[in-house]
Amino acid sequence: MMTSTELLRKISEYQFVTVELNLYLDTHPGDELARADYYYYSARLKEVMELYEAAYGPLMNFGHSPTDAGSYVDSAWPWE
Amino acid sequence: MWIYQKKLQYPVNITCPNPRMAKALMAQYGGPDSELGAAMRYLTQRFSMPDNRVKATCNDIGTEELGHWEMIGAMIYQCLRDAPLKEMEAAGLAGYYTMHGKGVYPADPNGVPFTASYIQCTGDPIADITEDMAAEQKARATYEHLMTLTDDASLLNPLRFLREREIVHFQRFGECLEILQNL
Repeated sequence: MMTSTELLRKISEYQFVTVELNLYLDTHPGDELARADYYYYSARLKEVMELYEAAYGPLMNFGHSPTDAGSYVDSAWPWE
Repeated sequence: MWIYQKKLQYPVNITCPNPRMAKALMAQYGGPDSELGAAMRYLTQRFSMPDNRVKATCNDIGTEELGHWEMIGAMIYQCLRDAPLKEMEAAGLAGYYTMHGKGVYPADPNGVPFTASYIQCTGDPIADITEDMAAEQKARATYEHLMTLTDDASLLNPLRFLREREIVHFQRFGECLEILQNL
């Protein structure tokens, strides 16, 4: 199993790609190739998010991380 | 609305106290060309944009800037966290410490607090997007100045990441200007 640091790194890598493609698609909504890449990497991002949250607890608030593992409140805050 | 994700966009791990750089980094936390200014500028201007592509760009870049503001706040916090008071004083932060302790307050390196007068929303899409393009270049220049002030890799790596984002945002806003000119 990957450590929490390794999984967070994976999440950040996929997120970097999806943020970048998202901004590109904002000004190029008709680019089908970029859209296909966006969907592919969104699915990878979802996979690693779910892996992380099942093992180490919720990453998101307001009902977007339905997991019993860990605690949203007590896990380390990202500036610590 | 916004959903919080309990992670930084790019990791920040500064273990060596550095009040001198904490002070310099305040340019990007509460200065005129700060990440806070960027986020507020784009998220405010998006309402009156006449094209969906431009609304999306202002919305999504504005959102990313909030994540950058959080990264800069984390960097200032970690630079100050274990800094001895004497070192804060030597870095010119006695006044800051008096008013804010080791809290992270949105002011520039000279202590001038953040103000909405740093941003504009004219309601004229061409004027607003042109301001946004200038804002990205000013932030890129500020990141380059910050990078010349340190050789600590734990500061340089996130600064390099943030500088690169300014360049991408400038590109996207340039495309928005072209979209607006062809409406």
